[in-house]
Amino acid sequence: MQQSQSPPPARGTLWNKALSQTLPITLGYVPVGMAYGVLAGKAGLSAVNVLLMSVLVYAGSAQLVAVGLFAAGASGAAIVATTVAVNLRHVLFSAAMAPLLSGWRKRELAAFAFELTDESFALHAARFGRGDRGKELTLSINVLAQASWVAGTALGVALGDVLGDGRAFALDFALPGMFLALLAGQVGSRSQVAAAVVGAGLSLAACGLGITGFGALAAGLAGAGCGLGVEKWMTRRHL
Amino acid sequence: MDDATTFVTIAGMAAVTYATRSGPLLFLAGRTLAPSAIRFLAHVPAAVLAALAAPALLRPQGQFDMSLDNAILWAGLAAFALALRTKGFFGPVALGMGLVAAVRFLSGA
Repeated sequence: MQQSQSPPPARGTLWNKALSQTLPITLGYVPVGMAYGVLAGKAGLSAVNVLLMSVLVYAGSAQLVAVGLFAAGASGAAIVATTVAVNLRHVLFSAAMAPLLSGWRKRELAAFAFELTDESFALHAARFGRGDRGKELTLSINVLAQASWVAGTALGVALGDVLGDGRAFALDFALPGMFLALLAGQVGSRSQVAAAVVGAGLSLAACGLGITGFGALAAGLAGAGCGLGVEKWMTRRHL
Repeated sequence: MDDATTFVTIAGMAAVTYATRSGPLLFLAGRTLAPSAIRFLAHVPAAVLAALAAPALLRPQGQFDMSLDNAILWAGLAAFALALRTKGFFGPVALGMGLVAAVRFLSGA
């Protein structure tokens, strides 16, 4: 039973509550984090760098994309620019959370933002919607979620040699699977479908021409521009 | 790329990622973005994710492959269909990984 205005829970209950609410995220982060750990090792990154990326960046899809770019010998600038493109959606999550966290102090917001992922956003948006707004619980959930991502990464690093290239475990599906699951939540309107189709088409064309690195980023931004154009056109036509 | 350059790249990734996550929360309090910027941003995730997914599905080995042997593609379509229906995240990823692993196990690939 959810109470909308409960007093701050005691330490033990706080972490128990946080653990049970974070569990669905943990179940996903550990295996995908493992896939990242294995693939990053295969791409030639040192174990320290593989772990540091999960601690400092903490963005699954961007980390897996970066691993592919590291393996392909892309430049640091291309990797950082692609990270911006892959993570630009977080601007929307952050903007959506801003009014919900209006009473929070700057440094609390700064800590919250560091661990704002697709999954934590979805979880907190649902929690806040039903009046479950505890600050301590919110931050505890974020810490536990990142801990499971880092733990999964460490497992992947440790088991990299045992798992071989990971093809038998379909680790190479982790990244496309993640893109597709995220994409499914982003194509709610017809103009967003148009943006996706144009982005995919241009990206395939760029690959066909041998343009890697910035190709997907440019294709995505062009696709978003087309989606915006379609939306404006539909609004004018009252569709 | 050596370890030091790799670390600098990771630090750069961390900085831009944090900027996307913290910018609106820290600086938007009481203000809003221009409507056209919001509309553009609303289309960025779909377009970028599709731009990243399409080559991963259709060129898993670096060349165009729409054959039945491309397990990633067909499992991906199944996972996408499930994700559209359930709006879940890890269910579709688990389904796809299970399908790809099963196909490889059964075909001995």
